[in-house]
Amino acid sequence: MELLLAVVAGVLYATGVYLMLRRRLAQLIIGLALLSNGSNILILSAAGVTRGRPPLIVDPSLPVPDFADPVPQSLILTAIVIGFGVLAFALVLARRVYESAGSDDIDMIGPDAA
Amino acid sequence: MMLALPILVPLATAIALHLLPQNSRLLRIVAFAGAVMILTIAVSILVTVERHGIQVLQVGSWRAPFGITLVADLFSALMIVMVGIIAVAVTGASFAGVDPRRETFGYHTLIHVLLMGVSGAFLTGDIFNLYVWFEVMLIASFVLMSLHRTRAQLHAAFTYVGLNLLASAFFLTAIGLLYGQAGTLNLADLAQVWPARRTPGLDAALSMLFLTAFGIKSGLFPLFFWLPASYHTPPAAIGALFAGLLTKVGVYSIIRVFTLLFPDPAAGVYTALLVMSSMTMIAGLIGALSQYDLRRVLSFNLVGHIGYTTVGVALWTRAALGGSILYLLHHMLAISALFLVSGLFLRQRRTTDMRALGGLYQSQPVVAGLALVPLFSLAGVPPLSGFIAKLAVIAPMIGVGQYLVAAIALVVSLLTLLSMARVWDACFWRPAPAAPAGPQPRLGPAILAPIAFLVLLSIGLAALAGPVSRMTMNAAQQLLNRDGYVRAVLGDEVARAAR
Repeated sequence: MELLLAVVAGVLYATGVYLMLRRRLAQLIIGLALLSNGSNILILSAAGVTRGRPPLIVDPSLPVPDFADPVPQSLILTAIVIGFGVLAFALVLARRVYESAGSDDIDMIGPDAA
Repeated sequence: MMLALPILVPLATAIALHLLPQNSRLLRIVAFAGAVMILTIAVSILVTVERHGIQVLQVGSWRAPFGITLVADLFSALMIVMVGIIAVAVTGASFAGVDPRRETFGYHTLIHVLLMGVSGAFLTGDIFNLYVWFEVMLIASFVLMSLHRTRAQLHAAFTYVGLNLLASAFFLTAIGLLYGQAGTLNLADLAQVWPARRTPGLDAALSMLFLTAFGIKSGLFPLFFWLPASYHTPPAAIGALFAGLLTKVGVYSIIRVFTLLFPDPAAGVYTALLVMSSMTMIAGLIGALSQYDLRRVLSFNLVGHIGYTTVGVALWTRAALGGSILYLLHHMLAISALFLVSGLFLRQRRTTDMRALGGLYQSQPVVAGLALVPLFSLAGVPPLSGFIAKLAVIAPMIGVGQYLVAAIALVVSLLTLLSMARVWDACFWRPAPAAPAGPQPRLGPAILAPIAFLVLLSIGLAALAGPVSRMTMNAAQQLLNRDGYVRAVLGDEVARAAR
């Protein structure tokens, strides 16, 4: 399972970086979204995946069996919320840029572009 | 409880500003009062930390590695005081008038949200919490930067947003890998657990990820190109706020995270940081000399001088780190004052292109005299604070035998002098090339007071150089002696049990 998640994270990073290197704003933003989702998967797989165990330690005096660590999931939850808000802002900003410059090509929107 | 106040006060102020009737006079007064409160609290925190050592607040009484911890050692406390000072100057600058369109779109509220993010980043003792405060601060700065919708400003804002989001992704990746290996996020706990669990390969990868993420945020070579491409577009007060605080949060994070997590000065990452710092100085000042727009010149100077503030970590001695912290204090005051000075030209001539400026010394010598102090303080002319801070940075370099870096720092400070002399000549000294069109509003006390405030503090920093540099040396001592930090956060028995 970890291997699968690691591969998924790697593919998301790779496609994210590829898209960020493209010249269009929309692709850049999709790339950012993929990159942040890639890091979310990475957090999950780096911390280890536990199947079918509750994230609870019922009796602290007994030796702790495999239990699902809830911290990575709460980190991912926080990161998803933050990423969602930031991406929504980036989309609106990209639309504004597109409206004012009439193009979504990064080389054409700068103040120096003709 | 006191440690939560630098976060709670701007939050409460931001909420109040949002709910109050949108009368600009009222909003300005409330925003300013909030800033003064932050400064007061910050000074009292600094006094407490100075007297009683590191202060810790376990939020919600959750014990240390489990809950969020707020920690103020001397370094954090000094940074919080700077937040208060810059906040007072920037909110004070709004009395001279804010673009009304901006004001109706939550200008004052956003400034306080940003201040909350910066204070949170300086106080938190938890690395994921640091990421969250980074995002709070960034989203406020994104909106502040794109409030105005000219084409140049939108383009600059997009560059800024894109690069900073990339840096956040790097930071989050590093946190994920770190948690996977160490199983904790509390910085003090990490400082204790990580050195035993790390493996050389992962250690190198993690330190480079952190260096890249914080390097983008603080504007280190070769990651700084977004900064001069975006900092010249927002209005002067926002420029002063960004220049004074935002990049410094990146520098703070480098110092904090590297001293706690990577306490091995022989590691390759410190060589990388040393080279990056030196290159930042050179590249920043060469950039500054090639520009004609005053605000671009200042942005490049901002980048160049970041190198002086990170080099202390790379050298890893108490004197070098203390020097870098002193430089950080001086630089925050000087560069914010200069961005506010660029606002004078925007007000009077509606441009900051140096080719069209000039003659301010003839028309208003007092104003020019006021601007002279931060200009030449940044260049390091004695007896101003820049000279003392540069001395504190360069002397330890010679002490540890880094002659090449010391030579670079000296040449770069000469280039800064050249750059500042060029600004002085073009903007103040020589007569204006063409008679300025339209009426020239006189620069009243409202627009000058915040600059005067920062200039006085900068002079104060030079006058009190002895006590202040003793304090920064103590701050460096606390940073290098990680045991004290760990024991303050986790408690004596936990720290002892682990040993």
